[in-house]
Amino acid sequence: MTIPDDTQLTEHGLNANGSGRILLLACGALAREILALQKANGWDHMVLACLPAIYHNTPEKIVPAIREAVAKHRDTYDEIFVVYADCGTGGLLQAACAEMGVKMVEGPHCYSFFEGNAAFDARDEITAFYLTDFLVRQFDAFVTKPLGLDRHPELRDMYFEHYEKLVYQAQIKDPALEAKARDCAETLGLAYEYRFTGYGDLENALKAL
Amino acid sequence: MSDQEDDIILSKLNDEDLVAQMFDDLYDGLKEEIEEGVHILLDRGWEPYRVLTEALVGGMTIVGNDFRDGILFVPEVLLAANAMKGGMAILKPLLAETGAPRVGKMVIGTVKGDIHDIGKNLVGMMMEGAGFEIVDLGINNSVDDYFAALDAEEPDILGMSALLTTTMPYMKVVIDSLVEKGRRDDYTVLVGGAPLNEEFGKAIGADAYCRDAAVAVETAKEFMARKHNQLAAG
Repeated sequence: MTIPDDTQLTEHGLNANGSGRILLLACGALAREILALQKANGWDHMVLACLPAIYHNTPEKIVPAIREAVAKHRDTYDEIFVVYADCGTGGLLQAACAEMGVKMVEGPHCYSFFEGNAAFDARDEITAFYLTDFLVRQFDAFVTKPLGLDRHPELRDMYFEHYEKLVYQAQIKDPALEAKARDCAETLGLAYEYRFTGYGDLENALKAL
Repeated sequence: MSDQEDDIILSKLNDEDLVAQMFDDLYDGLKEEIEEGVHILLDRGWEPYRVLTEALVGGMTIVGNDFRDGILFVPEVLLAANAMKGGMAILKPLLAETGAPRVGKMVIGTVKGDIHDIGKNLVGMMMEGAGFEIVDLGINNSVDDYFAALDAEEPDILGMSALLTTTMPYMKVVIDSLVEKGRRDDYTVLVGGAPLNEEFGKAIGADAYCRDAAVAVETAKEFMARKHNQLAAG
């Protein structure tokens, strides 16, 4: 499968394409990583479909969209796996998945499962702002524009005054992304930290299917 | 039409038009214009409390409604709040001097492990606008922080805020501690924050979950009215 365009993944997601026993119903922000894992591991029994990644900014849209997608696809596949963590749904996604009889990724959000939930929890960081590869590439769509920083840069301190650092959690090693992440930290007035995570618990969760 | 002809001289507007213009300026987040409008109304002999409720809270209510209805978004609300804050800064000392009515007292803070305070600040500001005395504990508050403030301030309401799924359970820790100490019924406990919902509020034993600042104000007023009725009946 060709790698989908980031803007497409942000705004529209990705339709299921291909045949396989298991449907991975994922956040668009995870598409590239899932496709890379599929390719590397030869997981031909999995098909990927994604919801718009921008739901990250409006988590109340996630649960209804997952319910709709599960209802739409459940007769077509033997199994549906929801590739979301809680992602700001306050436990509602987990409750909905349990009710529908589908499994999902463990953890509070992708920042946690990319580092590994246990390792992330042990850090107990509360003043870090995280970006993944996808969020570095889509920084303007997820941060600058929705927070109005392009129109009103003076709002920056209202949003970020209690943050101390931006942590770039890298899934792949890419100097260009690292340079961009550094710029993002500068834009937000935060210290910068690079943390290579690879795919963390995401790989383990998919491997178990 | 030239820009010059578009300029509105606030001091030349009558009271009604000035308040309407302040609603527009608040909506557009124009802090300096709001500060100017507040000064003009005060110079015209308006009571500080009237300026607060009719000009600022009235305008901010429109902003809140449009935010709730998806017409305005967070950046615009923040700009409006910042403008209102400018007006409030002028009014606050005057309100204290003129003995404006006090509806109740609230201690509010973001829970332990959480540094997000935009929603909490909006709630605090709107509550102040509605006549509540606010004691803002800021971010990252432990059970001990909350109890210290409850002891020192003896508020009617405890407000807790959280933005993260990982931190919202701490609200239950605080409420459970109130129960353990036999103090749960001493306060109305209101909770809010993006990942919360009504079920969660009920499950942790809060009195109410408040979806936004406007709901928080209305809910707080209802609980204060109930409290007064109970006291009157008792």
